[in-house]
Amino acid sequence: MFWQKLIARIGTTAVTLIGVAVIVFVVIRVVPGNPVAMMLPPGATEADVARLTALYGLDKSIPAQFLIWVQGVLQGDFGTSITTRQPVLDLVLGRLPATLELSIMALVMAVIIGGIAALTGTRLRGTKAEGAIDVANGMALSVPDFLWGLALILLFGVLVPVFHISGRVTPSLDLPFTTGFYLFESLFRLRFDLWADIVSHMLMPALALAIPLAAIIGQLLKQSLKETMHLDYVTLSRTKGYGENHVITREALPNAILPTLTLVGVQFTFLIGGTVIVERLFSYEGLGNMAIDAVINRDLPLIQGIVILFAVIFTAVNLVVDLLYTVLNPRLRHG
Amino acid sequence: MADLTDGRGAVKRRIGTRLWLAGGWLTLLLLAAVFAPLVAPQDPLAQDLFLTRLPPFWEEGAEAGYWLGTDSLGRDVLSRIIYGARLALVVALVAGSITCLIGSALGLMAGFLRGWVDLVISRLIDIWMAFPPVLFSILLIAVIGPGLHSIILAIVIIDWTRFARVVRAEAMAQGAMDYVASAQVAGRGRIGTMLREILPNVLPTIVVLLTLEMGIAVIVEAILSFVNLSISTDDPTWGGMIAEGRASVYQAWWVLVFPLITLFLTVLAFSQLGEGLKDRFDPVLR
Amino acid sequence: MSFLSVKNLTLRLRDNRAPLLRDVSLEVSAGEVHGLVGESGAGKSMIGKAVLGILPRAVEIAGGEIWLDGVDLLTLPPAARRKRVGGLAALIPQDPLTALNPSRRIGPQITDRLVDILGWKRTEAEARALDLLGEVQINDPARVMRQYPHELSGGMRQRILIASAFAAEPKLIVADEPTTALDVTVQKQILRLIAGMQARHGTALLFVTHDLGVVSKVCQSLSVLYAGRILEQSTVRDFFAAPTHPYSAALLGATPKYTDPEGSLTPVPEAIIARLRAEIAAYDEAHHG
Ligand SMILES: Nc1ncnc2c1ncn2[C@@H]1O[C@H](COP(=O)(O)OP(=O)(O)OP(=O)(O)O)[C@@H](O)[C@H]1O
Ligand SMILES: [Mg+2]
Repeated sequence: MFWQKLIARIGTTAVTLIGVAVIVFVVIRVVPGNPVAMMLPPGATEADVARLTALYGLDKSIPAQFLIWVQGVLQGDFGTSITTRQPVLDLVLGRLPATLELSIMALVMAVIIGGIAALTGTRLRGTKAEGAIDVANGMALSVPDFLWGLALILLFGVLVPVFHISGRVTPSLDLPFTTGFYLFESLFRLRFDLWADIVSHMLMPALALAIPLAAIIGQLLKQSLKETMHLDYVTLSRTKGYGENHVITREALPNAILPTLTLVGVQFTFLIGGTVIVERLFSYEGLGNMAIDAVINRDLPLIQGIVILFAVIFTAVNLVVDLLYTVLNPRLRHG
Repeated sequence: MADLTDGRGAVKRRIGTRLWLAGGWLTLLLLAAVFAPLVAPQDPLAQDLFLTRLPPFWEEGAEAGYWLGTDSLGRDVLSRIIYGARLALVVALVAGSITCLIGSALGLMAGFLRGWVDLVISRLIDIWMAFPPVLFSILLIAVIGPGLHSIILAIVIIDWTRFARVVRAEAMAQGAMDYVASAQVAGRGRIGTMLREILPNVLPTIVVLLTLEMGIAVIVEAILSFVNLSISTDDPTWGGMIAEGRASVYQAWWVLVFPLITLFLTVLAFSQLGEGLKDRFDPVLR
Repeated sequence: MSFLSVKNLTLRLRDNRAPLLRDVSLEVSAGEVHGLVGESGAGKSMIGKAVLGILPRAVEIAGGEIWLDGVDLLTLPPAARRKRVGGLAALIPQDPLTALNPSRRIGPQITDRLVDILGWKRTEAEARALDLLGEVQINDPARVMRQYPHELSGGMRQRILIASAFAAEPKLIVADEPTTALDVTVQKQILRLIAGMQARHGTALLFVTHDLGVVSKVCQSLSVLYAGRILEQSTVRDFFAAPTHPYSAALLGATPKYTDPEGSLTPVPEAIIARLRAEIAAYDEAHHG
């Protein structure tokens, strides 16, 4: 049953990805103005433009271009960036670690903040403190990452300048890294000085991304904790002599997490989507920032590559969450 | 016991104040936008190189008439915020309504008619959900070119799924209820049932989503003007002001702070309005 | 002194102060089985919950004492009270389907109290759980210990909950309608099982039920409740020979056979109900005012 489900899910995922590819492909080829003409020096002749257009395959019909592109993709060739003339795959994979690190850090922060809010709210239910947590949750939920980012820039970049609000790492530092995963590699190399610098750069953008998700986690988890707290097995465990904290964390929490988890999956893809603007806001050198530059420069192959990569990440996250749900739920595991 | 209040009453009262505050702010904004030429103290486009980066009125060096200071070109921040409200509200109302109409219609059909209609629409929703929305909107604007129409179009294209997803699920749940079956037994057609029986029951949800969507539209517009893709660069937009403020945040914080606060309050007001309406519509609390 | 002694217990709703229990007193000696009967909403479960310290948040104790093994529980700080109750008493819940944690295996759910609260070694606790599962007639206990609740039937789960209740050799068990959620054929087996276990272990039992037939078989004494008031309290023999309160008499008279399989209480004449209502109103007037 598990494998059947997995194969069906992979099938729909493939359909989704093909759909995404077709749409991007069509949309960006409707761009008015020839992107090739813009990259040539002012004195270029018509013939030069035509030659270069042919070089990038832009003179063929859209379906033909699509086929060529798909053929290339299947061989790991996503084309060449028009602005930098480097392979799209190299460019995209070069930036991916930065965005992944940022997203994962934000996710971890969201889970911690949201989890603490939910647990505290449940522990203090019926008091004023619970009301305060609810209000804070509501606020955090209705304001998007873009605005939180700006607020954090003002608060911790300008008013109390304790964190970096621009870039991924202080430019003057020597980086010994061989992978793009600075955060992990600095730890691995025991370069805590670098690690601290990187964290100080990531903390604000990650927090901006984390706040709305934390609020969602806080709200959902608290709600399902509250429902769970009324169930008989929770009451039974009270009669055994356990205190409130044990009852909440050991008996209620494991069962309350599952319903939250499914919703957090979709929300995490929203978070990753949010990196586009938040990276821009904090001049963080990730995929999103590169994507906006690519759009502004009309770098079609690069835009295509980035959007496809995002779509792959989104669908992969949803797939993983689905499987995780199956694995974590004892009822489905032995069903 | 007259002095002991019912817990439910307290909740309702809180919702009341929230609705009032949110509605109040939005009304104020609407009035400011409509009567912008009358209430704005300065011409929002007027540059004055002798009056650049004036601080707000309570700081040293402020000029009378420039209450919230000026930007690096000497343009009045307050006046630009007031004029910026025009674009923000037009986008919110127009883009919000069109998105709502299209998304709800598709969601209703998918959820009630089921079959291949649902199959196609659900697949489309899946594909849409695989796009990073901000990137998608920036891409669309880059393709169709900047301008008010483009912003509205981009928001509609990107956000219809918000309505479609929720309305589909709701219509599906309603469709399974007995009253639908009895309406059909009574001889009502499929479309008739959908519009007369299902739609009224889904309407509260749609209205709540609409208010939330208006807040989102304001944000999307701000993001697009922030990356300089909204309308022409001169016209005052909150997002454009924020972009400029972000760039000069160390020299003139007020250029960032005031439009940001405005945006915060507006987004919060729309969502509180939505939450308030949700509670109003909730039969348990009513 | 009795092992459990509830004195003048009064419970009420926190927000509007509506009384749920009115001046309830009862005594259960060691090894005795005491039945609590009354119609739905009479407050039977509230008595058990008050003893075990699991009252709903909306309910508060307005007065009274609950003495368990010579200590008034209501004078203890919460942590000490939990520990004392956890060591001396246990609950057999009503609905076995919801009374086991769906995400944990059966084994730890039986042994956790022994290990965490009473400080047993894990191996000892597991051996004890195996013994008890055998005693409640579960085949292949070792396998069941590794299973999750959803893999087991309702009857199996109730057996497990009974084993779990007896695990720490409590001196008092509260059984709150332990068979109502099960189907009729299983009900009898479970009832026999509880009675047998109680007799072997010499545990006192507070037995909440709708079913006078069950009371006549399992209990030695009983209390009849109506709207949070105790109307009659006596030994089972006296009660079934000659109930003193007209309400009880009506209940008894209306029960054709003690072994009514549905176990529901049959209608009581209007006149008696009206008189009871007036009595309760007068009581509230006198105590509230
Ligand atoms: N969580 C709660 N909050 C407020 N009131 C409650 C709560 N649970 C029960 N009550 C009220 O307390 C009274 C006594 O309830 P209790 O559960 O003790 O009745 P019972 O005699 O056990 O009935 P049943 O046979 O239906 O189980 C009832 O009037 C009920 O409405
Ligand atoms: Mg009960």
